[in-house]
Amino acid sequence: MINWIANIGARSIDRIATTGRSGLMLFGAIFALPKFKSIPLTIHQIYIVGVQSLLIIIVSGLFIGMVMALQGYTILVDYGAEGSLGPMVSLSLLRELGPVVTALLFAGRAGSALTAEIGLMKATEQLSSLEMMAVDPLRRVVAPRFWAGMISMPMLALIFSAVGILGGHLVGVDWLGVDSGSYWSIMQATVDWNEDVVNGIIKSLVFAFFVTWIAIFKGYDAIPTSEGISKATTETVVLSSLAVLGLDFVLTAIMFGI
Amino acid sequence: MTSRKSEIMVGIFVLITIAALLLLSLKVVNQGIQSNGANYTLKAKFDNIGGLKARSAVKVGGVTIGRVDSITLDNDDFTPIVILSINQEYSSFPETTSVSILTSGLLGEQYIGLQPGFSFGDIGNLADGDFIEDTKSALVLEDLIGQFLFSRDDE
Repeated sequence: MINWIANIGARSIDRIATTGRSGLMLFGAIFALPKFKSIPLTIHQIYIVGVQSLLIIIVSGLFIGMVMALQGYTILVDYGAEGSLGPMVSLSLLRELGPVVTALLFAGRAGSALTAEIGLMKATEQLSSLEMMAVDPLRRVVAPRFWAGMISMPMLALIFSAVGILGGHLVGVDWLGVDSGSYWSIMQATVDWNEDVVNGIIKSLVFAFFVTWIAIFKGYDAIPTSEGISKATTETVVLSSLAVLGLDFVLTAIMFGI
Repeated sequence: MTSRKSEIMVGIFVLITIAALLLLSLKVVNQGIQSNGANYTLKAKFDNIGGLKARSAVKVGGVTIGRVDSITLDNDDFTPIVILSINQEYSSFPETTSVSILTSGLLGEQYIGLQPGFSFGDIGNLADGDFIEDTKSALVLEDLIGQFLFSRDDE
């Protein structure tokens, strides 16, 4: 019984210590920005994190837009409201699917890679050697990756939404024969810049913050063995997907709730 | 050379993002009437506003000239007051203008229609903050059906 209670205590202390360590790491990484030397490093990380995710983002955006147009059309046409296909596709992409699916894909595509890379750097003692050379690994390794994630993900989400709307146009207008004018004009009458586009960007900034934070910290805090790295990579994907879905509900309730 | 290549690719990435942003801002988002700032407000009292909401359109002959800014309830006689925000470009409506709540299509959303009145010699134009006197309320389907049944009973 006493052991059981002690176990709970030990776990709680461990959790709190982990949270504290991750906060300290994040603090070190964020305030390591103002250095011009690290800008080329950040650009290279944007290439790895952002540009290399571009293909999966564009392809999935296109197909999600196409599927939504197809599904929406079969329901809306019963009510003679197939003109509302444009606002349906664009609002659901801009408000929800763009930021959320981008964040989930980003966690799988880039977050896991970040964790594995930093974890392997730790396992092969590259991080300790950097410290030996009086180079702060937070500043040299962690900060560029964090900022690359923060910059890349909103850009990817915008591209996702735009490509999805074009995909919806492809299926809805070119294939199913919805009038092109009503697709765009009803969309323009419904979609609002501040309420829909800006809120979507804010959402994806919040997701970017948490997904990149989790990915970097899991790598930085990984047990430096091959098993530990694989565990950390899995935890990154699971934890950041859960965080994205949970946060999405909270943000939606704040932004669009009554 | 790898950093040169990554710089070029990041540049392309930024350009694609700007293209996406342009598509969203030019083709998807409404070029809002309220966004260019120069608006004036008119007020109108209705008996019943039906399903009218803030941001509903204000139209004259089908042309959108403004939006519903807000809807409040008058505390004295418990009637809704609708505040309209109308583009300064259309600022010469005579005081005899009437306003009604219309529906686009059978099940569409509701909007406000302005019918400009005649301007006689001594009738001025509506100015900022004026009340429009002549209002017609929204058609509520349940009321219509009720009236129809009631008039059938009379026969």
